[in-house]
Amino acid sequence: MPGKVVTVTSGKGGVGKTTATANIAAAMALKNQKVVCIDADIGLRNLDVVLGLENRIVYDLVDVIEGRCRLRQAMIRDKRLPELYLIPAAQTRDKSAVSPSDMVRLCNELKPEFDWVLIDSPAGIERGFRNAIAAADIIVVVTNPEVSAVRDADRIIGLIEAEEKGPAQLIINRIKPDMVKKGDMLSPDDVLELLAVELLGLIPEDETVITSTNRGVPVVIDGKSRAGRAFRNISQRLLGERVPFASIEESGGLFNQIGRIFRKGGG
Amino acid sequence: MLNTVTAKGIREGILFHLSDQNWETNLQALVRLVKDRQKFWRGAKVVLDTANVEVTSDQLLSLKDELSHYDLNLWAVLSENSLTQQAAQFLGLATRISRLEKDTMADFEPIYHQGEPAIFFNKTLRSGFRIEFDGNVIVYGDVNPGAEIIASGSVLVWGKLRGLVHAGALGNEAVVVCALDLQPTQLRIAEQIAITPKRHGKPQPETAFIRDGKVIAEIWNYKG
Repeated sequence: MPGKVVTVTSGKGGVGKTTATANIAAAMALKNQKVVCIDADIGLRNLDVVLGLENRIVYDLVDVIEGRCRLRQAMIRDKRLPELYLIPAAQTRDKSAVSPSDMVRLCNELKPEFDWVLIDSPAGIERGFRNAIAAADIIVVVTNPEVSAVRDADRIIGLIEAEEKGPAQLIINRIKPDMVKKGDMLSPDDVLELLAVELLGLIPEDETVITSTNRGVPVVIDGKSRAGRAFRNISQRLLGERVPFASIEESGGLFNQIGRIFRKGGG
Repeated sequence: MLNTVTAKGIREGILFHLSDQNWETNLQALVRLVKDRQKFWRGAKVVLDTANVEVTSDQLLSLKDELSHYDLNLWAVLSENSLTQQAAQFLGLATRISRLEKDTMADFEPIYHQGEPAIFFNKTLRSGFRIEFDGNVIVYGDVNPGAEIIASGSVLVWGKLRGLVHAGALGNEAVVVCALDLQPTQLRIAEQIAITPKRHGKPQPETAFIRDGKVIAEIWNYKG
């Protein structure tokens, strides 16, 4: 069976696309899946840093597309997780170096060899975003429980629908359960009510994400991290397992309510 | 070829198709069309499709000037005639536009009910979606914040209305805006602009209209 292409996107910057891509990829690799990540954020590459592979880059995505190297040469293998590979973005070029059809061609080449191709999309709705979603089989939209991030997620979901790529699946990142409880933060219910798409995962705010990002070790490798557990649940859901949303949270009762709003969206 | 000038809303603005009559007749028809819908189209970008009619750069320039009186900006000329294309390029106008996006209203055929046009959307309108329609607009779904509906007639939303709505955009005050949950970012009816007050309690279907020159929203009571 050929692999699936998953694009992680958001519209707004800084909501956790790259962190989500790195961690979903690492969690899948932990489950013995063959995974390749593509950093589509050309000119502002980050995924290599988050995965701790920055110092091993020789060739990048643009080199592959412009034929300066073979695809294999640009793929960096993660030594901690043998079935995880990264195709980094070029740092010295911009989005126009790649076209949507280049991405489709590249993914078609990768699909027979891998179980999963994960694409980290740049922020925005321009060329970079179009490149990132061109080859996608599944689109994951990451948002934060903030009005501005939700507004941008709504726009992105609309664009995905217009491209007939949907339905998108939603990850709500950086939830602070105690703030939600006090009514100071949008609850997952509020976000889902507006966006009306399928929920893929809820990630609590967790400081271990910051330290692990700085160290270049995905947080899913840390067995104790709450965010790490949430990302492992997300990868399991993508693999087709049924993981109840209630299991994410132990300290508060917030996520126990989520099960009932898990719904199919769209119209 | 058509026998009158026609206009169509596209993502890039308004697309005018010229008829096969001479330039003067076309120009007059176009200006008449623009005059009628001045308010509706204000600030829009204009694409002119001249088919294979030959148009000189002087004629295009005078059209561009004329349109600018109505706050319209001619930016592209589509033509099969190479002389017209050259004339447009000479003036720095685009001679090609990107393929029409799927979510333009050009996809939606208006439904005519007793002569009054209406457009029906069977989906949620998300942020960034804009409808401009010369008639009534009906949405079966939500209108999210960041979406805009500009209609010359009434706007009916079977869902939550949280975007921007302008009903009666050509000045008709005898129109209504109604929704199951009426919480628009901004509500405009004809010349009046209203901002929704913060609501307390459960949402109820409401109808907004103009009474004594003011926008009023009333809870819809099916018994009354």
